[in-house]
Amino acid sequence: MTTTRFQELIAKNEAAHARGRRITNIVMLTITGFLTLLAIIPLFWIIGYVIYRGGSTINLDFFTQLSRPLGMTGGGVLFSIEGTIVLAILSCIFAIPPGVLAAFYVARNPNTPLGTALRFGTDVLAGVPSIVMGLFIYTLIVVPEKHYSAWAGGLALAILMLPTIVRTTEEMLKLVPHTLREASLGLGAPEWKTSLSVMFPAALNGIITGFLLAISRSIGETAPLLFTALGNEQYDIGTIIRGGIQSHQSLSAIIGRIINQPVDSLPLTLWKYAQQPYPERIDQSWGVALVLMSFVLSVEIIARLWVESRKRALQG
Amino acid sequence: METKIAVSKNVTESAESRNKMEIKNLSVFYRKFRALAEINIAVHPNRITAIIGPSGCGKSTLLRSFNRMNDLTPSAHMDGEIILDGENINASGVDVVDVRRRVGMVFQRPNPFPKSIYDNVAFGPRLYGIRRRNDLNEIVEKSLRQAALWEEVKDKLHQSGFSLSGGQQQRLCIARALAVEPEVILMDEPASALDPISTLRIEELMRDLVQDYTIIIVTHNMQQAARVSDYTAMMMIDDHRAGRMIEFNETNVIFTNPKDKRTEDYVTGRFG
Repeated sequence: MTTTRFQELIAKNEAAHARGRRITNIVMLTITGFLTLLAIIPLFWIIGYVIYRGGSTINLDFFTQLSRPLGMTGGGVLFSIEGTIVLAILSCIFAIPPGVLAAFYVARNPNTPLGTALRFGTDVLAGVPSIVMGLFIYTLIVVPEKHYSAWAGGLALAILMLPTIVRTTEEMLKLVPHTLREASLGLGAPEWKTSLSVMFPAALNGIITGFLLAISRSIGETAPLLFTALGNEQYDIGTIIRGGIQSHQSLSAIIGRIINQPVDSLPLTLWKYAQQPYPERIDQSWGVALVLMSFVLSVEIIARLWVESRKRALQG
Repeated sequence: METKIAVSKNVTESAESRNKMEIKNLSVFYRKFRALAEINIAVHPNRITAIIGPSGCGKSTLLRSFNRMNDLTPSAHMDGEIILDGENINASGVDVVDVRRRVGMVFQRPNPFPKSIYDNVAFGPRLYGIRRRNDLNEIVEKSLRQAALWEEVKDKLHQSGFSLSGGQQQRLCIARALAVEPEVILMDEPASALDPISTLRIEELMRDLVQDYTIIIVTHNMQQAARVSDYTAMMMIDDHRAGRMIEFNETNVIFTNPKDKRTEDYVTGRFG
């Protein structure tokens, strides 16, 4: 076997080269490993500390009772959990339909004046501090209505969610192969039908992920709720419904009472409790933090499971 | 139902003598750029017409103008006429939905909708207002049988269309197109994303379908054009980068005795 000049050169340089490469590899691996660790530490620290501080306050009462006056032991944050759920549902109702429709418009007509304006608008909106949303809804809704309410809070959160929903939905729609759209139009389907029954299902996984990102962000927001939902430690949906049924109120009247009064939400409660100079309130605020964290985490997990199962169903 | 079949048969018979589609002096522009120049083709009924030519010569653009898919490209406009059964499909007052029902399309890559096999095929009929379960069942079975897919999927109609293999997905797309009973089927390189065995099945299927339909196919594959088509249109780019049809004839003439030197070079593989 004859060796070429190239093979000769490789052989000559191999030892030195291999050593240099090994050292570089070790150095880089150490640096990246160390930095990764540095990035992960705060995450686990926060989770661990919240579980440590909050875990001791959590018991069944914490989830099923309203708050008790200071000085009395026990009590829970049911009002806050229910308020969070009501706010999340309301903000979805307000944000998802316009957000998705706007995304369809932008995806279909990206270069029209309205499309450009929409895209620019959502980008700007994404950068607006969340407390401004609260202030905006305060002047727009709370002042004329003369009272704080869950639906005003839901609206403020909805504005916060809009940019995320519009942008993720738009991106997902753009990922759908254009021949799918053409196949539908080629069968004679009108544009709206194509969007609704072909484009939307094709992009659904991504769109849902966008919804959940938006929801889990809005669940953790305090500032927009300060002047809109305000807080209400006596809020209890169970009592409202039972009272409504006993006095033979209509369904819409009951729903009206649920959404037309001030409510608390977990971050709002946390913020209020943590400011108070009483140890039992401080302890409870850690409990609230733990509940809030698990809430966001479970939304995320449910979303991922759902997306996975749908993916499997589609791919057979 | 009986009478309807009888009528459509009559129409086919009387149309036998004339052309199903006629392309007269067709030019397609993207803004000022002329992508296609002065195309003339006569599409014979119940025959397969192949459009061949090198990449970028406007084959797909031509095919897409036959069911007004180019309407979807805002910058595109055209000159000349496309006649379907004696009627210009671009005339004002012609319903584009009607044109697309009569001229169906199958794409290069299989593109089933993210729905079940059943719903994929039933999509078209539902668009035209067919709602009754029995009627839909009948159409779905008939279309899948015509696309030679029924035996393979009859037990899993409610599984996702994506659960099928590539070749099956393409036959599902053909069944989806057949479900609205088109008269002409446009196929844009329908087998180029498939393996040889699936390709063969699609080609056999095309020969079966041409008994009842008129088929126009764009293909890069010369052997495929030679195997399946009855007529062949040869296209080429001219000096102004516009696609022109340089020869149109029966397929065996194009492949054995072409008039144009460029056609001969192309079909014998000397360039392109």
